[in-house]
Amino acid sequence: MTLNAPLLTVNALNKYFGGMHAVVDLSFELYENECLGIIGPNGAGKTTLLNLISGVTLSTSGTMIFLGQAMEKKRSSQIARLGIARTFQHIRLFKQLSVLENITTAYDHEINYTLLEALLRTRRMKQEENKSYKASMELLDLFGMSSRAHHMASSLSYGDQRRLEIARALALKPRLLLLDEPAAGMNDAETRELLALLRWIQREFSLSMILIEHHLPFIMEFSDRLLVLNFGKLLAQGTPSQIRQDRRVIQAYLGEEEA
Amino acid sequence: MVSMLYALLGYFLSSMLNNQNLLQVKKTLEDHSSWFLKYRLLLLFGWLAVGSFLIPQFVNEYVTFVLISLVINTILCMSLNLVNGYMGEFSLGHAAFMALGAYSSTMLTLYITPSLPPLLLFPLAIVIGGLSAAIMSLPIALLSIKTRGDYLAVITLAFLMIVKSALENISSLGGTHGLLGIRGLTTLPWAYGCFLFTFWSLRNLLASKWGRSIRAIRDDEVAAEAIGISTRSLRIMTFVISSFFAGVAGVLFAHQIQFINPNSFNILKSTNILVMVYLGGVASLSGSCLGAGLFTLLYQLLQPLGIWRSVMMPLLLVLLMIFRPSGMMGFREWSWFSLTPAQNKE
Repeated sequence: MTLNAPLLTVNALNKYFGGMHAVVDLSFELYENECLGIIGPNGAGKTTLLNLISGVTLSTSGTMIFLGQAMEKKRSSQIARLGIARTFQHIRLFKQLSVLENITTAYDHEINYTLLEALLRTRRMKQEENKSYKASMELLDLFGMSSRAHHMASSLSYGDQRRLEIARALALKPRLLLLDEPAAGMNDAETRELLALLRWIQREFSLSMILIEHHLPFIMEFSDRLLVLNFGKLLAQGTPSQIRQDRRVIQAYLGEEEA
Repeated sequence: MVSMLYALLGYFLSSMLNNQNLLQVKKTLEDHSSWFLKYRLLLLFGWLAVGSFLIPQFVNEYVTFVLISLVINTILCMSLNLVNGYMGEFSLGHAAFMALGAYSSTMLTLYITPSLPPLLLFPLAIVIGGLSAAIMSLPIALLSIKTRGDYLAVITLAFLMIVKSALENISSLGGTHGLLGIRGLTTLPWAYGCFLFTFWSLRNLLASKWGRSIRAIRDDEVAAEAIGISTRSLRIMTFVISSFFAGVAGVLFAHQIQFINPNSFNILKSTNILVMVYLGGVASLSGSCLGAGLFTLLYQLLQPLGIWRSVMMPLLLVLLMIFRPSGMMGFREWSWFSLTPAQNKE
């Protein structure tokens, strides 16, 4: 484990939905270049936790510190610009935008021109547009999708839509990437491809990841460390081999006493 | 002349039969006419501008009147399409913004500065009308942050009713009788100039990062936020811009009809604009032109049907929703109108 200060510190995080206590006093830390896996039965609060970190929903209490900044009151778009990108459990692409435009929208906060320059289509506006066009094309090239740059995003296959969503998240140049069940609905071959892709992303972009996945072999192989959630509580945390032998985890997953 | 046309048609038909030949024709055309590709839209709008000055000299007043209505409707349709088509909200209150533009500009041309020469007065009226509609749209724009979809549609409808009953009860604005004796300042060139301004602004806006973000909000607001788009400010901006152009259309309308009362801006007016948007096609500027054009012409051509005209229009809408729910040009753009990333290169 690295000795640096953590990238993300979550402390005593709580979330109520009405009377439902979805996330209970959750605390953990995440370090640079670390892959943190989150597992737990359905309804354990995994997606809620990701929504809290990315600002899609606001926490009831607790603190989150990312790169030295408090995040619990920030809006989703502000958090994204700080460097936390995410994908969704159900693919959320901009379906009526082209594959290229899906990427470009994520680059847009980096390019710089005023509304007036946009209305007049000044030289600078075109230069800036070109910049984001080129950067987006390069990213699409890395994902082998540049030949379909001008197709509608909705015309892509399921697997490619997943990959495009990951590419769009990377266009934000994040320090932390949150992946919510990226292998959902994929067969074994596709899952292996995805694993290779994620490994390559981590090398190429040097970022931390938090990953939710039901596919256990996948997440055991991929993560440096695992958090196990059950009913919103932290049940256990540790390396995959530690988790594999944890009695409480086996109990929660299989729902019965081991002999 | 006619035989020449047939000869040309024959040539194209025969070349179409031979695909190889057609490709060659197309290629040579492209090689020799890159300047044409670059300036075709400018040429088209230039000729139309000349036409807007010449046509009124040769046709009777009725035709000019219909043409001006067509242009005003196109402006309205494009402005509503920004909110309903590109951003994916549903505004029923567009007639209210039109009314705000119409009333504020009429106050200017009728009472405040009627003595200015028309060449100065009318542009001033257009700007004032647009701006006051834009400013008055702020409450709706702010509410659109908190409210979405059906609920926002109801709020825009309520806004329309508020504006209408406010106008009916302010006696200095003529109350239910409205304002009479407005000067007929709207000519075809003026209307066309406003159309050009609207078209050019919206086309450039939509080809910018803001345009992309507006369409991203329509497709998935949560994802748009998650990639760093500040959807709040963008929603406000879109509503304000859309209302500005609705206000401009209101100015033109008031100075064309030369008489306005609160009833000119009722829910039917809003509905008519909606029909144009969904007829021509959502999220398409060429669709807006097509929709407004067809609607205006059909509305005039169906006049002999009398009361049955009010049956034909809704029927058209029903058929459209069944067979082409996003309109004739929905989510597509005529190639002359579209701005592709390639055109950003200098």
